[in-house]
Amino acid sequence: MPPRVSLQKCNGCEDRPESCCEEACPGDLMAVDEATGKAFCRSTRDCWDCMSCTKACPRAAIETRIPYQLGYHKASLRPIMGKDRIIWKCVDINGQETSYEYKNRLKR
Amino acid sequence: MANRPGGRRTKATPKNLAEVKVEVVDCDLLIIGGGNAGCFVAVEAAKQDPGLKVVVMEKAEIMRSGACSAGMDAINTYIPEGKTPEDLVRWSRSQVGGGPLREDLALSNARELNEAVDDLERWGLPILRDENGKIRYRGKWDISIHGEQLKPIMAEKAIESGAEVYNRVAGTGLLMDNGRCVGAFGLQVRSGTFYVFRARATVVATGGAGTLYKSYTADSTDSGAQIWMCPYCVGSGYAMGFRQGAELSSLEQRWVATRTKDFCGPVDTISVGYKAPIINCKGEKVMSRYAHLGGDAAPRYIRANAPMEEWLAGRGPCYCDTRNMAPDKVTAMMTDYLNERPSFVLFLASRGQDVTKEPIEIYGSDPYILGGHTMGGFWVDIGRMTTVPGLFAAGETAGGNPNKFVGGCAAEGKLAARAAITYMRADRPLPAANDPDMQAQVGAEKARVFAPLLRGADYDGVTPREMKERLQRLMDEYAGGTSQFYRTNEERLDYALKHIATLQSQFQYLKAADLHELMEASETMDRVDVAEAVVHHLKARRETRWAGWQTRSDYPERDDANFDCFVETRRDPETGIVTAFTRPYEQLVPGDRLKA
Repeated sequence: MPPRVSLQKCNGCEDRPESCCEEACPGDLMAVDEATGKAFCRSTRDCWDCMSCTKACPRAAIETRIPYQLGYHKASLRPIMGKDRIIWKCVDINGQETSYEYKNRLKR
Repeated sequence: MANRPGGRRTKATPKNLAEVKVEVVDCDLLIIGGGNAGCFVAVEAAKQDPGLKVVVMEKAEIMRSGACSAGMDAINTYIPEGKTPEDLVRWSRSQVGGGPLREDLALSNARELNEAVDDLERWGLPILRDENGKIRYRGKWDISIHGEQLKPIMAEKAIESGAEVYNRVAGTGLLMDNGRCVGAFGLQVRSGTFYVFRARATVVATGGAGTLYKSYTADSTDSGAQIWMCPYCVGSGYAMGFRQGAELSSLEQRWVATRTKDFCGPVDTISVGYKAPIINCKGEKVMSRYAHLGGDAAPRYIRANAPMEEWLAGRGPCYCDTRNMAPDKVTAMMTDYLNERPSFVLFLASRGQDVTKEPIEIYGSDPYILGGHTMGGFWVDIGRMTTVPGLFAAGETAGGNPNKFVGGCAAEGKLAARAAITYMRADRPLPAANDPDMQAQVGAEKARVFAPLLRGADYDGVTPREMKERLQRLMDEYAGGTSQFYRTNEERLDYALKHIATLQSQFQYLKAADLHELMEASETMDRVDVAEAVVHHLKARRETRWAGWQTRSDYPERDDANFDCFVETRRDPETGIVTAFTRPYEQLVPGDRLKA
């Protein structure tokens, strides 16, 4: 169950030619449901957990989860994308919080 | 210049072949796959001749496609001051147990390498440097980067170079003209348009082949793609060329690596980057058992296989012992992972694991065919042209030259671009668009690719996933997968070939409910065709040269008298019959082949 889309936050990127997550996914797994206008992952078992969709979402509506068969309930890792930096906020299953920040671009 | 969006999916799919929209695009240079190598082909081609029309056919979206889509934490080869390209080739040779390897290719790549890595830094990639501004080496040849943005950085330059990027177009086959390649076909997976790219030269840079073998985490759960290699690189480039008679080299030298257990993440990050020793369940240092072969610096296949040998001997599980790491080193290591495979940090969090108290468990990966890591790929000449004229290969698709990694694949993209331009200047023009043979090829490929979609919703057939999983289990159990500790023998390989032939005879039953599944059908047929080649390679090398990468239980010894050479395969485009043969190894860089 890798990408989880928050139906409250997702608007399907209605103003773009394709949603940011369906643009980003290297496996063509994300799509927007025509009826609800919300993004969904068409096949969670084909997800590589690369987090491209999670990084690309402008509304922070996507969370990546490790399949339960491999990792326990529930930990989170959220990227916050800056212009030339990235911040990651991680919470483990015991509630332990860690954050990481580094430069990911020399210039823009 | 244009980066054409893939667009939103369409549910309206053609009901018959006449309804399939065909678009013909003419160009000078076609690049199949806008990944690491492909982006460098585009940039170099524009540099050599800004007037060329360059087209990139990209299965995903170029900003986040292929093996680099999740990011990268190191560039594994960059020649340090005081070392030469010859030194790098000696190291590469020693890492593959003395070869054989294509030293001509390795040398030309090494001479181009640093400039390509410097390009990346100029384009904005953070390469870690010490307080004096010197590049910080992680090991002997590898340098650390903060490569979360590596793929977008390369993609932006490819687009800026003026290339037309067709996103979400999955390559399916090559367009031929009397034995030479004059372009390729592709399926646009969002709109259903069938593309015919006609090109004076074509570079295939589709990456390697993951997902031929079952991963041990793929246990009918939500974890079918938890592998180390990008699971969307399925070997389509190899398959397209192989079906048209391009010779494949050395596929039996599979890439199998020690990876983190249950989440197939990189291990060099810990063991090389932070000198965390590999230990078994008794706390013994595993590599000390291999001191006579170099210990921690033993050839790569030995290091890859060592933890699995411990398991077999009853001394598993094995670990990378992170318990003595200082807190600042742990933060640096986690940052490395966030750059390359961020979800591994999430995995540790979902285990509630503090790596300073509990070491990181490791295990062998599923086998991959990767010409940028080991050397399975097309046999190419010094200009990276395959044995099919007009078809060039760069990066994972080009064989014979292991240990290229990110920098080497970039360098090879440049080399292929230059040779492709020289080729097209000398070559005869393309046949006319209305040439009857060309029209016939377009019709035949369109029919082949769209057939699974046109069989109808009620058709009682086989889904692409069912066939993929049948193949993966077959390869795992009979062609030396993880469950068999990478071992195989003649009888098992014959069994695999028999069943692969059955799968090929059942392509006619594949069905697809939508365009995404139609792409999967095409990918699955590609996997089966590549797997056939892999099995022929494993069969033909009747020795054990690189245990783990290539282990024959029935021929457990290395046999230099007969196999200090390359194993090759070619599939006859007319009959489909695969033949295996050998090519001699030539040592160009003097010195002891086992020493760096």
